[in-house]
Amino acid sequence: MRMLRRWYGEGPLHLLLMAASFALAGYAGVRLLDGDTLMILVWFVGAAFVHDLVLVPLYSAADRALRIPVARRPALVNFVRVPLLLSGLLLLMWFPLITRQAERYEPASGMSPDRFLGNWLLITAALFAVSALWLVVRTVRARRRARNGRPSASH
Amino acid sequence: MRGVRFTAVLGLVLLAGITLLFVTGLLSYAAYNPDLAAVNDKTPDKGWLGFYLFDWPTGPHWLYRLTQGVHVTLGIVLVPVLLAKLWSVVPKLFALPPARSAGHALERLSLLLLVGGALFEFVTGLLNIQLEYLFPGSFYPLHFYGAWVFFAAFLAHTCLKLPRALRVLRHGLPAADSDELASPDPAAPTVSRRGALAVVGAGSLLLLLTSAGRSFDGGLRRTALLTPRGGAEPGSGPNGFQINKTAAKVGIAPAETGERWRLTVTGPAGEFRLSRAELLAMDQHSAALPIACVEGWSTSDQWWRGVPLRDLATLAGFPDGRPPGVLVESLQRSGPFRKVALRDNQVRDPRSLLALGVNGEPLSPDHGYPARVIVPAAPGVMNTKWVSRLTFGEL
Repeated sequence: MRMLRRWYGEGPLHLLLMAASFALAGYAGVRLLDGDTLMILVWFVGAAFVHDLVLVPLYSAADRALRIPVARRPALVNFVRVPLLLSGLLLLMWFPLITRQAERYEPASGMSPDRFLGNWLLITAALFAVSALWLVVRTVRARRRARNGRPSASH
Repeated sequence: MRGVRFTAVLGLVLLAGITLLFVTGLLSYAAYNPDLAAVNDKTPDKGWLGFYLFDWPTGPHWLYRLTQGVHVTLGIVLVPVLLAKLWSVVPKLFALPPARSAGHALERLSLLLLVGGALFEFVTGLLNIQLEYLFPGSFYPLHFYGAWVFFAAFLAHTCLKLPRALRVLRHGLPAADSDELASPDPAAPTVSRRGALAVVGAGSLLLLLTSAGRSFDGGLRRTALLTPRGGAEPGSGPNGFQINKTAAKVGIAPAETGERWRLTVTGPAGEFRLSRAELLAMDQHSAALPIACVEGWSTSDQWWRGVPLRDLATLAGFPDGRPPGVLVESLQRSGPFRKVALRDNQVRDPRSLLALGVNGEPLSPDHGYPARVIVPAAPGVMNTKWVSRLTFGEL
């Protein structure tokens, strides 16, 4: 047992769990790869790599760039960052319809895909509008609090 | 902000959510009755992965509408949670040394299956509901086998991490433990942990509000602003509700569905050819049933009218009221489900119809004129349109 721990680095339960997990994944995996094996592998493993090495660095860099103009008042960045993030998320998920790449949609459903771009832009506008409203309300309340907090002249 | 507490919260949400996704996915697989006949089975090599298969019931009639609506809508809503969870563990990706031991190396390999599998499942699902078939192969085997590979890694990950996640959330991080996910030299925080969770929640809420409506007709569907099958109905009037595939799309020519169309019914009593007028002369029955698609959208109940499948089985030579299953064939030339097999319990249900009309009008061409099948609780594609032949007993 001590030999195992020294060589394996974890307990025996860990080894059993890994073995069971890989056996099941292997059983399903050979069936998954039965077809265009290389491309399926590329999609499966590539999904993880594209996420970790492209998507994450991309949105991290965008976020960093966003923070430069508001460096003096960092709390303000959220009023731009959040609507931008949500809008970007919607685009990421629905780009085949928004960019009208999903050419099968209209002939199959009898419905036009034209509304998706407009709706996405309107939702984006609404998100920024809500954010702006939030900022205005917050600023007004902060000013009022600051004014009321001052030693008052009327007493 | 980034740290084990943030990850633990998201991890628990995903544990509950993905478990529900997996169960509803397995139910959807069973709903096609893949073990009934080769024409229903897009994964003939499934082996033990179909161990749980059972006869898909016909009631409650909204069963598939519920399970598949939950499967797809929940999948959409969980995307921000998944992305946030993956973001929260990015530091682990670049941890050095890459493997401390053989066990650690195995665990990291398992994480590749976990992350790759999760993204593979979400991406194939999202592309499929937009009818953008970019993935390398048929959706059914890719999404089904991919789910099992992912689930194998998901189970191991849950066993390894759940105890610590629960401990951290209940008692906080023990003083002796270092927070391996937190930045060792964090910049001034711009958002609190609670704030970050609120942003993730807002993303999920936004997705829920812009997609859930596509499981209903009329005003609610209009609220599904960004999801396929949201917005205004494709038509107006009794036949105005959602169409899975239009007649034009599958190449149904008007000449095939006109006066010359005949339904061929086959069974032990022989082969019968019936015109639409002859079918209309038989006893007509009604059933209020939805169309519920594997893509997650569904309609409210529509009022169908036509001949019960079991009456046609009687004609074909099964007069005892206990007919067998039926093979249904469509006029359409392409499409993975132009032939489907229905099980005996589906044929026997009095609400299973060969429908000739809907909502008080004859069927429109896009809804399957001259005749279509409608079966309670069955996935949309099992409700064959433009039916040309019914073969009772031989699947």
